[in-house]
Amino acid sequence: MTTTTPPVAAGAQETSGRPTRAARVRKRLNTHTATLVAIVIAVVWTIPTFGLLVSSFRPENQIKTTGWWTFFRDPEFTLQNYQEVLFGQSASSGQLASYFINSLVITLPAVLFPLAFAALAAYALAWINFRGRDWVYIGIFALQIVPLQMALVPLLSFFSRGVSLGGITLMPAWNLDGAQNFAQVWFAHTCFALPFAVYLLHNFISQLPKDLMEAARVDGATHPKIFRTIVLPLVAPALAAFGIFQFLWVWNDLLVGLIFAGGSDVTAPLTVRLAELAGTRGNEWQRLTAGAFVSIVVPLIVFLSLQRYFVRGLLAGSVKG
Amino acid sequence: MAISARPRQAVAIVGAIGLALGATACGTGSSSNGGSSNADSAECAPYENYQGHEGKTVTIYSSIRDIEADRLAESWKQFEDCTGITINHEGSGEFEAQLPVRVDGGNAPDLAFIPQPGLLARFAERNQLKAASAETKAMAEQNYSPDWLKYSTVNGTFYGAPLGSNVKSFVWYSPKMFQENGWTVPTTWDQMIQLSDTIAQSDVKPWCAGIESGDATGWPATDWIEDVMLRTQTPEVYDQWTTHEIPFNDPRVAEALDRAGTILKNDKYVNGGFGGVRSIATTSFQEAGVPITQGKCALHRQASFYANQWPEGTRVAEDGDVFAFYFPAIDPGKGKPVLGGGEFVTAFADRPEVQAVQTYLASGEYANSRAKIGDWVSANNKVDLANVANPIDKLSVEILQDDSTVFRFDGSDLMPAAVGAGTFWKGMVDWINGGNTADVLQGIESSWK
Repeated sequence: MTTTTPPVAAGAQETSGRPTRAARVRKRLNTHTATLVAIVIAVVWTIPTFGLLVSSFRPENQIKTTGWWTFFRDPEFTLQNYQEVLFGQSASSGQLASYFINSLVITLPAVLFPLAFAALAAYALAWINFRGRDWVYIGIFALQIVPLQMALVPLLSFFSRGVSLGGITLMPAWNLDGAQNFAQVWFAHTCFALPFAVYLLHNFISQLPKDLMEAARVDGATHPKIFRTIVLPLVAPALAAFGIFQFLWVWNDLLVGLIFAGGSDVTAPLTVRLAELAGTRGNEWQRLTAGAFVSIVVPLIVFLSLQRYFVRGLLAGSVKG
Repeated sequence: MAISARPRQAVAIVGAIGLALGATACGTGSSSNGGSSNADSAECAPYENYQGHEGKTVTIYSSIRDIEADRLAESWKQFEDCTGITINHEGSGEFEAQLPVRVDGGNAPDLAFIPQPGLLARFAERNQLKAASAETKAMAEQNYSPDWLKYSTVNGTFYGAPLGSNVKSFVWYSPKMFQENGWTVPTTWDQMIQLSDTIAQSDVKPWCAGIESGDATGWPATDWIEDVMLRTQTPEVYDQWTTHEIPFNDPRVAEALDRAGTILKNDKYVNGGFGGVRSIATTSFQEAGVPITQGKCALHRQASFYANQWPEGTRVAEDGDVFAFYFPAIDPGKGKPVLGGGEFVTAFADRPEVQAVQTYLASGEYANSRAKIGDWVSANNKVDLANVANPIDKLSVEILQDDSTVFRFDGSDLMPAAVGAGTFWKGMVDWINGGNTADVLQGIESSWK
């Protein structure tokens, strides 16, 4: 751990202006009015979610005829909706549990791949000198404006037809089947996440003090060594912050999952199943509130357990100036 | 400084879990396809023509999901057992948007059940569809009326037979309420208006309607207009309207709109249980007919599939809580115009097993196999009424098989999507909200390029 001691000292020195500025902000946010405003905002933002929660415990007839607030006048409680959502009898699409697993199998690699690639790329773009470095960075940065929807058909064609140029096959079709389709989803999510991930991590990594890198290099550290022992530990909050973003995005994603994973119970994520829960003509929509709460559980756990990093990551970005 | 070790550990653990889960998912995925063996038994005799494709798989993509998808799978179970063909069906609520993406991306399903002839024509014109085989065509011509087949024929090429159908020319009512008040089911338009006037004098509003349906808001009103159009004009004029041979703001279309307006925009008639005329635009179509069961409304025009929308415990039968009568013609002498919809089995591949499945789905055996499971209507004339249990489905099949029926497909599904699933819907919302007929029609016409 000797190598990691100096950076913290250096970091503390560099950001010696922080306490006063942070203190000023804290002071301003600590008044009664500010607290009151914060509470009001929190309540207003929570009401719809709360309504969903109440609604998910109401019987079908009540959901379909009256609003959730009537629950307090005329409380009727049932677990029927959860029963249908979790253990529903739809034989052709299986039970929710298998989709839950699919969502996990899709989400974990789809978070880890972009994290790994982006951290490496961001380090290279920030600390390795090579010609055209800035242009590469600007190119990646600019890719953020390409809407995901534009890339769907080309990317699907890339998987199912391969790539050929002037009759020469550069890459054959992937010809994936069944559970192999997960690879497509990981690939797609990684592609779509990389520009933002590289941009975000580059901002953090390039802000690390230069002395640190030079000192390490004088001591004989190579790039891999510097990356592993200095950079990664220092940008951990940023990695966690991006990890949460990406996790929530992939977990809640319907579009990419629908197109690249298909709708079969072997690969489809939870969101695809939720979208079908209401039935062909939407006549079972009372199930949706319960379904929403089932799908909320995992993001909630992730957010609450990583919240520490999330806040730290945000602060690191904002107060740095 | 413990933090330097933690992320790496966490990454390793999470990665390991991911791999383990991935492995289990792979394990369960490949074991679902069972083989078949009883191909020579007596009950497999009807499937003899489709045999010889053991071990092959056909993928089907449709908008049918949940419980209805289960029924589909059940309906071709025996076919799968006897022929050894595995049918993988996938239903999605985003079918209409996803199918073009998949086809353009080179990932088309083998078969798709397309409910919009307009979408079918789009694929056909881009040469993305495979023409139906001679066997499929012969089977379809045997079992379906030409009225139906013309909707899956583009530039003289036939692309596939219809599968399920629904009848939209229905008015839902409560037999009990009618009996208590001494009302009778009208058989002509004039009788229906007289009945509405009689009901309007009591404390019940005669009609209820609702056109809210998420991002498809407005479609129930387009069905109204199409149904009335079929009654005020000849079917030929209706065809000219849906193919844009006459402009959308033609006086004959305006007449149909105004005629529908005598009910939908009449404050004396609507909107039972919900409020005034404008409440039609904000009432969801799923709930629009529910006031009938509460005695607050007497009549609700909606398709046969509305049978599934009634609150649990409502008995749908001629002597039950709710039932439907045929939306009467203005001049019954000119035949029985019927508005309806359905989906067409179209192929994106021409492998022999795909064609075998396509032919089978057009056959009478399939239609009866599916009809026996329930909650299904088809225009297939081989459907045996004895196999149709549900009274409303029975009535639908009777209407579809009736010789005097003049069938026309839902017009908004025939028009280009930008109009039929766009400006027509929105125009109807404006119209209900007080927009005048001429302006609304002019707006839709100018969007149809």
